[in-house]
Amino acid sequence: MTEDLVLPAPRDAAPEGEPLLEVSGLTKHFPVKGGFPIRRTIGAVQAVDGIDLTVHVGESFGLVGESGCGKSTTGRLITRLLEPTAGKISYRGQDITHAGRKDLAPIRSEIQMIFQDPYSSLNPRQTVGKIISGPMEINDINPEGGREKRVRELLEIVGLNPEHYNRFPHEFSGGQRQRIGVARALALEPKLIVADEPVSALDVSIQAQVVNLLQEVQKELGIAFLFIAHDLAVVRHFSHRVAVMYLGKIIEVGDRASIYARPRHPYTHALLSAVPEVSLSEAEDAGPRERIRLAGDVPSPIAPPSGCRFRTRCWKAQDVCATEEPPLVQLSGNREGHLTACHFPEEPTIEARDEDIVMDPALAALEEDAVDGD
Amino acid sequence: MTTVTKEAGAPVPADAGAFLSVRDLHVSFKTEDGVVKAVDGLSFDLERGRTLGIVGESGSGKSVTNLTILGLHNPMFTTIEGEILLEGQELTTARESELEKLRGNKVAMIFQDPLTALSPYYTVGRQIAEPFMKHTGASKKAAWDRAVEMLGKVGIPNPKERAGDYPHQFSGGMRQRAMIAMALVCDPDLLIADEPTTALDVTVQAQILDLLKDLQQEFGSAIIFITHDLGVIADMADDIMVMYAGGAVERGTTAEVLRSPQHPYTWGLLNSMPRLDSDLSAPLAPIPGTPPSLLNPPSGCRFHPRCTFQDRVDGNRCVTERPLLAPDRASACHLTAEQKRTIFVEEIRPRLG
Amino acid sequence: MLRFLVRRSLGALVILILLSIVAFLLFFGMPRDPALLMCGKGCTPANIENIHHVLGLDKSIPEQYWIFLHNLVVGSNDFAQGPCPAPCFGYSYHTNEQVWGTLMDRLPTTLSLTLGGAVCFLVLGLGTGLIAAWKRGTLVDKTFTAGAMVISSMQIYFLGPLALAILVYQTRIFDKPAYNPISSDPVAWFTGLIVPWVVLSTIFASQYTRMSRSSMIEQLQEEHVRTARAKGMSSRYVFFRYAWRGSLIPIITIFGIDLGSLLGGAIITEYTFGLPGLGRLAVEAVSFSDLPLLLGVMLFSATMILLCNIVVDAAYAFIDPRVRLA
Repeated sequence: MTEDLVLPAPRDAAPEGEPLLEVSGLTKHFPVKGGFPIRRTIGAVQAVDGIDLTVHVGESFGLVGESGCGKSTTGRLITRLLEPTAGKISYRGQDITHAGRKDLAPIRSEIQMIFQDPYSSLNPRQTVGKIISGPMEINDINPEGGREKRVRELLEIVGLNPEHYNRFPHEFSGGQRQRIGVARALALEPKLIVADEPVSALDVSIQAQVVNLLQEVQKELGIAFLFIAHDLAVVRHFSHRVAVMYLGKIIEVGDRASIYARPRHPYTHALLSAVPEVSLSEAEDAGPRERIRLAGDVPSPIAPPSGCRFRTRCWKAQDVCATEEPPLVQLSGNREGHLTACHFPEEPTIEARDEDIVMDPALAALEEDAVDGD
Repeated sequence: MTTVTKEAGAPVPADAGAFLSVRDLHVSFKTEDGVVKAVDGLSFDLERGRTLGIVGESGSGKSVTNLTILGLHNPMFTTIEGEILLEGQELTTARESELEKLRGNKVAMIFQDPLTALSPYYTVGRQIAEPFMKHTGASKKAAWDRAVEMLGKVGIPNPKERAGDYPHQFSGGMRQRAMIAMALVCDPDLLIADEPTTALDVTVQAQILDLLKDLQQEFGSAIIFITHDLGVIADMADDIMVMYAGGAVERGTTAEVLRSPQHPYTWGLLNSMPRLDSDLSAPLAPIPGTPPSLLNPPSGCRFHPRCTFQDRVDGNRCVTERPLLAPDRASACHLTAEQKRTIFVEEIRPRLG
Repeated sequence: MLRFLVRRSLGALVILILLSIVAFLLFFGMPRDPALLMCGKGCTPANIENIHHVLGLDKSIPEQYWIFLHNLVVGSNDFAQGPCPAPCFGYSYHTNEQVWGTLMDRLPTTLSLTLGGAVCFLVLGLGTGLIAAWKRGTLVDKTFTAGAMVISSMQIYFLGPLALAILVYQTRIFDKPAYNPISSDPVAWFTGLIVPWVVLSTIFASQYTRMSRSSMIEQLQEEHVRTARAKGMSSRYVFFRYAWRGSLIPIITIFGIDLGSLLGGAIITEYTFGLPGLGRLAVEAVSFSDLPLLLGVMLFSATMILLCNIVVDAAYAFIDPRVRLA
């Protein structure tokens, strides 16, 4: 691993806490084609629908949610791999929402991406050296001592043997490939790395290696991360602040402790209670966790529910939830920066309730029978 | 769980009480690169109504073992040695027609990805009704009614109408429910669930796991639950078997394995896994290195190249001698019982936070 | 379904119009003036001028194109050779016969050759492919695969004359290939076409054997096929009900292309067996710079290909419920 390596000090370190990336009202609608006789746009998949977020210098910001919540689309919008439908993205105060190729060029090198699948995200016909030096070539960057020397340094930083410079991706395991992906992202000394599910394709023991590597990189080089993942425990481990997304909206955002220990949004409660956990001791320190079982799957983002998007699966939903969209605000009792979008927020605790919340009718019926039978 | 392990080549008669017993199972595949020893000397027992959780990473042999139980491997490339006894009936040498009578009837399977595991060409109702017709001789109409009943039981709303839908018209969670309905339609004695929730979202996974537990209460099936996720296994299983590189390295009840694990690989898994309540000040402690190639597995203990404790074993035993897995609560490791206990309590447990 | 057909037909129409425009432009770029050919020996500039006028070649290209379209849709009485009802492609420069009539004369030959051949090669190809997949790895499989490989490397101008020499001239088992209308003498129709069918289907079937085998083997490795086995369904049931259906998709795609191009004229086959079909007509039209005939044959072939495409897409939806036609 990389523990005993001396990492270069972060260059022109901007003061911590200053906003690096600011996103407001970011929206991406994918058109749905149809109609007769001429095909036209008849609707939109509202993948991302007006989200605000800020990533500060050197901060790691986690974005969690289930499939279809728009977290990956958000990552692609921020790295400008997709063109936003509306909203504003600014990087270090510069509006890059619709910036063209030329305007983006200097920023492209500062924002890098790490992808989920270490198999398809590396060109199988290029050597590792070529893959990692690619970004330097494109941006015409000539580091001191030459590109090859820099690549070897990078390989060492990510815990690979610098001798493997001339090998091809297929000679590496999944975890090692993901390290190559990290080295490529580091090649341009970025200030922000958008990591889209960087460890979810890896086995548990390898996953931990890569999480540790990313954490070292983040701390030692002072790089800000937008860490996109569905695994709540991994996100908790990695992120200073966390946003929870549901159907294209951020429904709760805050510092790690607030989101994981004092969540207010019912969906955050449901998510946390759904994570299967290993209890390591018989006497639980924190007491049993609450049990919430939602019904069904996430609704279609083509026709999301009116008002609050979670209301169709929420146990607290009332009429107002269908008519009025709850704003993302700081509720009383919440810590500074802990924002929740809910009309009827939950208590800030994840401890077990008097009665489990079971929305799933099949589960409820089976459990009723079981109780009757006893 | 009763378990018997023995040295290769000396079969022990199966425990009369066991519903399923696997004895010294070896499964190898011929590939272009050579022979892959996917399962290498595996033995375990399962009793009726119990849930055995098999945990391991990719390539540990956990899925192969369970395909072999039902004879679903490709016989052209596969060599199988050892015994698989289901209620005393030997399955490795059973004729295809006999296996067909068991499959979906006495032993049913649930696969990982319900989108690819259900046929896109037939309605959900038909796919559930088919095994029922085949195994019970029911009429088309009766089988369809049974399919609708099962869909209702697993929580598909409007089962009458939805039975006529195709799998692509179902959401991911609903597809896995349909898969469960299909597996349970003939009231099997054994259900093999191979990573049944890995492809699902976490809230849907929680629903499906609870559903499986509740249905097990009702149907009384034994379950073999295969997963890479220790959290899921903790939630589901009565007993746990940890597999690494084609063999079992540790087994015991769920509480035993998770609260006082004995094998360095199990320790490594627990230390690698971030939890919602783990200590954030320390980094994760991953297992160094990568899983071995099964074309040419390491000598001695399969885990020794990644093991940080082998220097505490006298001599060179970890490299030369394969540790055996004793019956019942056991781990396949050369460390002494006392060493295992102290290392866990003093070095591993504190890191878990 | 209806929507799909209407939309696709409209699309096909647009393609045909574009194609005819391109064909028009290409023709006028051709180095040979058709008037020269028609004029023959002792040609004077005045004669050529006259011919240009009669053929309408003295008009501007857009004007000529407009007249072409007009004639196609409503017909025309302006031709010196006589009336030309819609769909009117005009009169051939070379034979002075109505193009549409000529096409219709030649069509039955091509249709009989192609459809008969297609039935043979589908049955033969899919059958052997399925058997090879079922018996994968055995001697049967290896024989079929090797045989298919050998045959598919042969060409019709090799296998055709060979078959003629052996089956017709040497052993006299079959009649000399000829086209007899099915309506007048079905037996003669059949015996006259049997050798071309055999040759055509042998060559095409070898391709389908390989494709159907590999597609089947791929399908047998699908997870849903494994699920069907895990439910206890018999191997035969799984093979035919679960795997076969999916294996048809790539085959239908290729079949649509093959059938379309064969219907547009199997030039080499028709020449090899001396059958007067659309393929030969196309070659004749090119060699005489016969614009009306050329346009006629081309648009007709294109229509066949487009039609086959639409049918193939409709067939996808029939096989796979996930395909939605719109």
